[in-house]
Amino acid sequence: MVKKLFSKGYILLILALLYTPILFIVVFSFSGNSRFTFSDGFTLDSYRAIFTSEQTPYLLQALKNTFFIAAVSSVAATILGSIAAIGIYSLKRRSRRVVENINQLPIINSEIVMAVSLMLFFVTFKFPEGYLRLILAHISFCTPYVVLSVMPRLTQMDPNIYEAALDLGANPFRALVTVLIPIISPGILSGFAMAFTLSLDDFIITQLNKGATTGIDTLSTYIYSSQRNAGGLRPFWFAVFSIIIVAIVTFVLIINLKKAKNIDQKEKENEKSA
Amino acid sequence: MNKSLTLKLKKAAKGFRLTRRVFSFPYIAFMLIFVVAPLVLILVNAFIYGNKLSLQNFVHLARDGASLNTLWLSFLVGIITTFSCIVIGYPVAYILSKQTSGRLIVLLFILPMWVNFLIRTLATRAVFHALDVRLGLGTVIFGMIYNYLPFMILPLHTTLSSIDKSYSEAAADLGADGITVFMQVTLPLSIPGIISGITMVFIPTISTFAISQLLGGVHLFGDSIYTKFIYGSYGVGSVMSLIMLAFVLISNVFINKTNKGEVSKNIW
Repeated sequence: MVKKLFSKGYILLILALLYTPILFIVVFSFSGNSRFTFSDGFTLDSYRAIFTSEQTPYLLQALKNTFFIAAVSSVAATILGSIAAIGIYSLKRRSRRVVENINQLPIINSEIVMAVSLMLFFVTFKFPEGYLRLILAHISFCTPYVVLSVMPRLTQMDPNIYEAALDLGANPFRALVTVLIPIISPGILSGFAMAFTLSLDDFIITQLNKGATTGIDTLSTYIYSSQRNAGGLRPFWFAVFSIIIVAIVTFVLIINLKKAKNIDQKEKENEKSA
Repeated sequence: MNKSLTLKLKKAAKGFRLTRRVFSFPYIAFMLIFVVAPLVLILVNAFIYGNKLSLQNFVHLARDGASLNTLWLSFLVGIITTFSCIVIGYPVAYILSKQTSGRLIVLLFILPMWVNFLIRTLATRAVFHALDVRLGLGTVIFGMIYNYLPFMILPLHTTLSSIDKSYSEAAADLGADGITVFMQVTLPLSIPGIISGITMVFIPTISTFAISQLLGGVHLFGDSIYTKFIYGSYGVGSVMSLIMLAFVLISNVFINKTNKGEVSKNIW
């Protein structure tokens, strides 16, 4: 009993520590000052500042850039990665191992090394600074995750289904579109979601490859450049961070609860059929 | 006739199998250009000094006291952070692996990870400001633990909850007390999780960029690599990147040896 209480208390303590900074920001986003007091009462001033601050145009531009780069590179990564997975699946064992190992490289590599290697590459071969560099860089670290999420669908698939489609007279292209792609589509979808979030979240690779003169900023690089030297966090940022935090937490919770529900339902169905 | 038809179809299918391989070629080309070539470029740059092949960059790094100090400091911070994450995270993973509702609580531990690390780091800094804590090495280490603890808990939890309960039950039946069961059965079986946890905390800690700088004005190895490249010392920067890359590859060999990469994949 005591042991149980102790374990529960420990879990709660660590969770509280993990959530303190995040909750702290959200709570004090309603104080309207950066002195961490409610001396001015409960206000929405910092939220109003999002629309009226002199930083607003830069913030909106950064937001636009973030979503533009994430959208383009995740769509490209999904197409490239899904097609690649089908190809890699059909490779002979040895070459398949080699390609899968290369695919692992960006995943295991530390971000800073990936960032500087890409920077060196772009500088050496004189790629034009700006969106092109960023999008290519984002595609190169997102695509491996798409491949990884499509691959299991292919290996778990019953190869006879595809063969059956061919036996029944479908040409290979038709079998691909009507049989193979629907089977792997959940993998494609989750690969896309992963690529999109990874691209949104990226800071290090973007920071090193955005180019000094272009003035392109994504949300994370803009946050970094405006905070690097500033002493304290301005109320404006409290509000911006709070919105981002609440949006992400809600989004992730919804997705995961849905997933958990699906799993539970499947387990129940399995029990019934058994 | 029927036989010849199926034979023909099988041939067609086989022919397509051959051509389906072509699907991987665009990606292979892309990866060779944008992942392999840049890394090769790092390797080449490390050995080039003044347009000539030489070891001068290595000599420069070896004589550069500031960079070497950064390297040692990074190790120190990395080791302290990793050790603390094991000490704090192992009990969490262990307790959660015993509970039926553990999966949902694990989600709570992963949730903050989805918020960008810059925002989390700045939030931590704001808490330190509010509490009037002076920023320094201590706050840097706290920030690192805060940032990377979930990366330790997750692989540990995956490994611990996949251990067959009958092992520890058998040990208990044979007369072992709780502590002995843990030391002799559970702990050894969870070593793969510990190893992937260590690499998932240690490597990012020493290579991270910005966290240490924001939380204490301290430069770690990742910050040094960044600074070298920003100021155009590609040669020495490349040597430092090679050192980092070596760590990544060595730790990956360790992970692959203990568990065929299954635990680390589950993070997503």
